[in-house]
Amino acid sequence: MAGSLAPDIWIAVRLTIELAAVTTIAVLLIGTPIAWWLARTHLWCKEIVATIVAMPLVLPPTVLGFYLLLLLGPDGPGGRIAGLWGGQTLAFSFTGLVIGSVVYSLPFVVQPIRNAFEAIGERPLEVAATLRAPPWRAFWTVAVPLGRPGFLTAAVLGFAHTVGEFGVVLMIGGNIPGETKVLSVAVYDYVETSQWREASILSGGMAIFAFAVILSMILIQKRVARIGK
Amino acid sequence: MNRAGSIEAAFKGQLGSFTLDAEFTAPASGVTGLFGPSASGKTTLLRCIAGLQRFAEGYCAVDGELWQDKSSFRPTHRRAVGYVFQEASLFPHLSVTGNLLYGTRGRSPKPPADSIGFQDVVTLLGLSTLVDRSPKHLSGGERQRVAVGRALLSQPKLLLMDEPLSALDAQTKSEILPFLQRLRDSLSLPIIYVSHDMREIERLAEYLILMEAGRVRAAGRLNQLQSDPAAPLAREQIATVTFDSVVSGYDAGYGLATLTVEGGQFIAPMANVTIGNRQRVTIAAADVSLARELPLRTTVLNNLPCRIVSVTRIATSEMIVVLGLGTDGLGGRLLARITRWSWDQNKFAEGMAIYCQIKSVTLLAS
Repeated sequence: MAGSLAPDIWIAVRLTIELAAVTTIAVLLIGTPIAWWLARTHLWCKEIVATIVAMPLVLPPTVLGFYLLLLLGPDGPGGRIAGLWGGQTLAFSFTGLVIGSVVYSLPFVVQPIRNAFEAIGERPLEVAATLRAPPWRAFWTVAVPLGRPGFLTAAVLGFAHTVGEFGVVLMIGGNIPGETKVLSVAVYDYVETSQWREASILSGGMAIFAFAVILSMILIQKRVARIGK
Repeated sequence: MNRAGSIEAAFKGQLGSFTLDAEFTAPASGVTGLFGPSASGKTTLLRCIAGLQRFAEGYCAVDGELWQDKSSFRPTHRRAVGYVFQEASLFPHLSVTGNLLYGTRGRSPKPPADSIGFQDVVTLLGLSTLVDRSPKHLSGGERQRVAVGRALLSQPKLLLMDEPLSALDAQTKSEILPFLQRLRDSLSLPIIYVSHDMREIERLAEYLILMEAGRVRAAGRLNQLQSDPAAPLAREQIATVTFDSVVSGYDAGYGLATLTVEGGQFIAPMANVTIGNRQRVTIAAADVSLARELPLRTTVLNNLPCRIVSVTRIATSEMIVVLGLGTDGLGGRLLARITRWSWDQNKFAEGMAIYCQIKSVTLLAS
C-alpha cells in the first residue's frame, strides 16, 4: 500500500518531523529564558515583551511570513548571516523554515512554561537559596523539575504547532521537495494537482495526529492535577 | 560593631504601606525570641537577616561575620543561614532524604569537625521512620520536623524560625516543642525564633526582642524584659515571669522539689526528679501577693523574702509591683499584680524589704 504511494509523500513526512523536532528543541531553548524572565521580573515592560511574543497568535501567517521574508531575505540580516557561508539568503532553506517556525511557535511554548514557573511561586526558590543553592542550581534542581508539566505541554504544543503550520512555510519556504516542502504544503499541492488519494491519506494522518496530540495534552493535565501538591 | 559572639542587625525600608525600622543586638548563642503582634514586622525582619528581603539601608553581622552593610550585600545562598518557614515548604519532587540532603551538596567531602551529620539530625528530630517516604505522605508536624532537619544539615551559623508551629494544631505543637528544646540544648547554634505565642517563647527562649509596628520596642534577657514595667509584657493581664532554676533538693515523702534561682528557692510538686537538672518555671503576676511580715500558718508553700523594686499603676484599681528576690532584693525579678487599696492599706513603699507569697509555680516541660 505504502509502496504504491508517491515517494515524495515520505520525503515530506520525514522533512516535517525533522523540522518539528529541530524547532521544538530550539524553541524550548529560546522560550525557557523568556518564560523565566516573564514569570520572575517585576519590570513594567514585561507585558510589552509578552505581547510581542504572543503576536503570532493573532497575526495572519502570511503577514508574519512577509516580515520573515524581509528579515531572512538577501537584503535583511538573514541574508548577511547566510553570506558567512557563501549563501545569499536564509529564505527558501531548511534553516529559514526553522527560524520561521520558532517565531511562529514561540507563544505556544512561552505561555505554558511561564504559567508553570508562576505556579511554583517564590517560596521553593527562596528555600533553595537558604540551603545555599546559587540561582543556577535552584533553577535546575527546583524550578525545572517542578515546572515539568509546563515543559511537557510546551514541547507537545511546539511540535504539533510546527507540524500544522502552512502560511508561514509557504511564504518563506516555498515548495522545494526535501528542503522546504512539508506535509501541509504537500496536501495543498496534491489537491492542486487533483491527487485526491494522496491528499486524503495525508489529511487523514494529520487528523489522527491532531487527535492524539490533544488527547495526550488532556491526559497530561489530568495527571498533573491528580498529583497536585 | 561587628563583634564576635553577637548578632547585630539594623534594617530600614518600606514595603508597600509597611515601614520597617528595626535595630537589635542579640547574643549569638541560645534562642532569641522575636515576639510581637501580627503585622509588626517579625517576618520581614527575619527575611532581611536571611537576605531574602533587601532594603536600601541595612546592616547585618553574625558572630563576627559581616553579611551586609552600606557597601556590601551577601546574597542569601552565601549566608550561613538556616530558615524554617511557617509552612514546611518541602520540595514535593524530592523524597524526605532528598529534601534533607539538598543543602549538603556542593560541599567539601570532609566536613568540619563541629558540623552536624545526617544521622545526628535523624536521631535528634526522630526522623528514622520518615526518611524513605515522600513529603506528600507526611503529617504537618512531620513535615515541619523534616524542614528543621533540612535547615540544620546545611550547617548554618544562625537558624531562623518563622512561627514554625503556627500552622499546626495544639496536639502537634506539643509534640514538636520537645524536639526544638532538644535541638536548643544539644547544638551550640544560635536560633532566632519568631512567634506571637508567649507560651512558646517561654519554653524556648533565653533572650527576647519585642516588635511593634515595624520597630523594636525592647530587647533583653527574657526574665528582665518580662519584669520590666516599661515594656508592654508586664502590663498584660497574663503577665508572667520566667526563671531558669536548678533542682537542688527533693522530699520524696511529699513529692516536693526545691528549685534554686538567683536570690531564692521555690518549692514545687514534682515527679521524676534528677538533682542538678535545669528546670524552667513561670510565675504569673496574678499568683503573687505581698506581706509585710513572714506569713505563718499558711498553706502557701512559697513565702520568700524580697524587696520592692518599683511599682506602676496600670488601672484605677490595680498596680503592678516589681520584686527583687532575696533580702537584698538583688536576685531574680518577679511581678506581683495587686490592688491599689492593698498597697495603701499596708503602706508598702519602693525599696521596702517584704515577703512575697507565690500561690503557684508552673513547671515547663523540658
